[in-house]
Amino acid sequence: MIAVIHTVPTLVFVTSALLILIGAIGVISVKNPVHAALCLIMTLIGVAVAFVAQSADFLAAVQIIVYAGAIVVLFLFVIMFLGVDRREHIHFEPLVGQRAFAGVGVAITIGGLIALMARSHWVSGASSVTTKLSAGNGNVRQLGTAVFTTYLFAFEVTAALLIIAVVGAVLLARRERPVASEEAA
Amino acid sequence: MNVPAAWYLILAAGLFGIGAFGLLTRRSALIMFMCIELMLNAVNLTFVTFSRTLNDISGQAIVFFVMVVAAAEVTVGLGIVVSVFRRRSSTSVDELSELKG
Amino acid sequence: MAVVATWILIAPLFGFVAVLLLGRYLSERQVGVVGTGVVTVSFVLSVICFVMLLHHSSREVTVNLFSWITVGTLHVPAALLVDPLSITMCLFVTGISALIHLYSTGYMHGEKDFRKFFLYLNLFVFSMLLLVLANNLVLTFVGWEGVGLCSYWLVSYYFERDAAASAGKKAFIYNRVGDVGMLVAMFLIFSRLHTLTYHTIFERAGTLSPTVATLIVLALLLGATGKSAQIPLFNWLPDAMEGPTPVSALIHAATMVTAGVYLLVRMSPVLALSHSGRLTIAIIGGVTAFVAATIATSQKDIKKVLAFSTVSQIGYMVLAVGVGAYSAAIFLMISHAFFKALLFLGSGSVIHSLNGEQDMRKMGGLQKYLPLTFPTFLIGWLTISGIPPFAGFWSKGDVLTHVFDQDKALWVLGVLTAILTGYYMCRLFVLTFRGTERFREDTGGHDPHESPWVMTAPLVILAVLSVVGGVLDLPWVHHDSLAGFLAPTFGYVAAGARAGTLAQWGLALVDVAAAVIGLLAAYSIWRDISESSKYESSFLEHVWHWDDFYDATIGRPLTTTAQFEEDVIEPKVIDGAVTGLAVSVRRSGDGLRKVQSGFVRHYALATVLGVAVIIVFLVARVI
Repeated sequence: MIAVIHTVPTLVFVTSALLILIGAIGVISVKNPVHAALCLIMTLIGVAVAFVAQSADFLAAVQIIVYAGAIVVLFLFVIMFLGVDRREHIHFEPLVGQRAFAGVGVAITIGGLIALMARSHWVSGASSVTTKLSAGNGNVRQLGTAVFTTYLFAFEVTAALLIIAVVGAVLLARRERPVASEEAA
Repeated sequence: MNVPAAWYLILAAGLFGIGAFGLLTRRSALIMFMCIELMLNAVNLTFVTFSRTLNDISGQAIVFFVMVVAAAEVTVGLGIVVSVFRRRSSTSVDELSELKG
Repeated sequence: MAVVATWILIAPLFGFVAVLLLGRYLSERQVGVVGTGVVTVSFVLSVICFVMLLHHSSREVTVNLFSWITVGTLHVPAALLVDPLSITMCLFVTGISALIHLYSTGYMHGEKDFRKFFLYLNLFVFSMLLLVLANNLVLTFVGWEGVGLCSYWLVSYYFERDAAASAGKKAFIYNRVGDVGMLVAMFLIFSRLHTLTYHTIFERAGTLSPTVATLIVLALLLGATGKSAQIPLFNWLPDAMEGPTPVSALIHAATMVTAGVYLLVRMSPVLALSHSGRLTIAIIGGVTAFVAATIATSQKDIKKVLAFSTVSQIGYMVLAVGVGAYSAAIFLMISHAFFKALLFLGSGSVIHSLNGEQDMRKMGGLQKYLPLTFPTFLIGWLTISGIPPFAGFWSKGDVLTHVFDQDKALWVLGVLTAILTGYYMCRLFVLTFRGTERFREDTGGHDPHESPWVMTAPLVILAVLSVVGGVLDLPWVHHDSLAGFLAPTFGYVAAGARAGTLAQWGLALVDVAAAVIGLLAAYSIWRDISESSKYESSFLEHVWHWDDFYDATIGRPLTTTAQFEEDVIEPKVIDGAVTGLAVSVRRSGDGLRKVQSGFVRHYALATVLGVAVIIVFLVARVI
């Protein structure tokens, strides 16, 4: 058994792959939205493992904190808000041919994509000289330097984007007040 | 000594495809959003793989920004879902067919 | 000379414009004076021009007015050709027109459209002069169409009457069918000879192959039969008698109907190239003359008899052209103009005196009431019958002599026609002027009165001309005669050999005998009776059922086709195509609309499928 497992990286890859795929299939096939959210978390953790294996440590941490910790929680809030017992009737598909065409379309797209990548030797391009990865501990420093110098403008814009998003969310979710109470005030 | 990039790329492609299929097939708005998150994660995985293979930090910087944007998008998107489906009894997107004709 | 010639043409046009613009401010008398005056001026100028031409060095003068059409190799000048033939035509056209204008001032007195009449009449004279004076085929065609148009207007002068309106249309349509022939001839000539000017055509005519020459001749013949009322396009002329009598006299006796003969005579060098063409012309002329004469024997309306008589006499002219006797044809044309105009105007006088009665069964015994009309009509009658020494004897004899030289069979036909001519004219004369009086109810018991001087003066002048007209071309005078004068025009064609003097006397006797036989037969039959089923046949009276034949073979099928087209093709095919287009567009729109289902998932699916297509394309490129 141990002879089959060649190296630790392979093992890590297999683990992350399993987590990702099972979680993904779970998201698309379970009826209960809460269960789907849990499957999503599984996928996100799988992705975080893959990040660590690829020496993107900071991103792995951010993935867990932001994605799994904030975004999925937000999902769960909304699910609760709109009612847990709303289940979807999965077996019944009202639109004719949707599943078939969707399957075919996605299969062709992904298959073609993989074929193209295979044809062009997966990763082509020269290794970068100026912004190369440093191994091990310097990942946060390096990423920070890149974001705050090379990609500073993008950083500022995303900050503005976040503020806009928050304002938008508040406005969208506001409950309408009755008109009479405004006149009385 | 690392796992070849090809495996991670194929994995990311597969994740993307599953997410796309789920987006097209499920009727509930919330599940559709989760499928979008799956697709974004697939993209992130691809970027990080390339970043490692090409020895370039830019890939990770891009993933950083993708995550920010994804968060903002989920915020606004769920706000829309709430405001649209507050009064209805189901979250099926098939009911929103005002563009018919 | 150029100025004189131009003014011959312009004077009637000037009259037309004057009456058009000022007509409503002028009184009837003034309009009559203007109308008649300009044509008289034209006549005087024609005489002057004739004298000038006699003393001119060459017998041919071209007056270039302006360059009209210049397109590629086609050069059509607006130019006049003054040569013996055209000046002869001008003389008698303007002369007779002037007399008829004078007559009309009396005949049309009191008509409410008096001015319109003189307007069209002046325009007609202008067109006719343009036709004969033009030096190229295109300008001739302009005049050709102009006379056709004026004929239409004048025949349907009393347009409130259905019969008159239809007769006008019939005349115009038959002319139009003939015009196709003339146009085809022009196209053929231009395509082969690259010119449409007479002079140049005659120079280059030798290069035509016999087949093409025959085609051209037959096409010209078609045009001539339309305009000059020969078989097969002759049955418009009797209907055209619906127009006022001066119109019948001028247009349908003396001038317009001779235009076809003029065209053939003018194109004589081309005719010379085609023996079969000339033979066809001769046969058409001979047969028409005979057929028309038979029809005339059974007509009851005085004007219809004269109309068929015209067709018959023009048949003689066409026959003469066919055998190459061009100057004989012109001679007959001139004398026919004299006596036919005389006969028509005389009949107009009779009709006028009987308050519009035209049926000969209701005439008779007018001899003592019309002291001027009677003798002039008598002279006209004797002339047309061919009694010497009046003009008809010489001119018809001239034609028959030439026919005898060429074709004995046609000569026999010509003599038979002469017998019939004598017969029907005597019948007409006897029924109108002799015998018992059958007109009392028309005149309400009063006696018929003679016409005013404006009407009888032209009758007298024409009678005199009919008497002395023969001197134009007496058989024993060769050089100073009409034939001699016209010879340079026909110099391109060798004249046929004439028979010996003894033969000529024999032929002359035959002519006289034929006329006398016809006269005596008619006199004995019709002296006492006014109608008879034994001597009048319904077949002949109905024009050998020619009209019915055309109706059945051409008219009815065309009407049926048009009705079918209206009932079936119009709604189904044409409307169907148009509305069908609209309907199919709407249906395809409805079909395409189903793509917009409103479901977001469908739109997303479409996007994914589009991406799949692009991926397939990219993969296919790489692999």
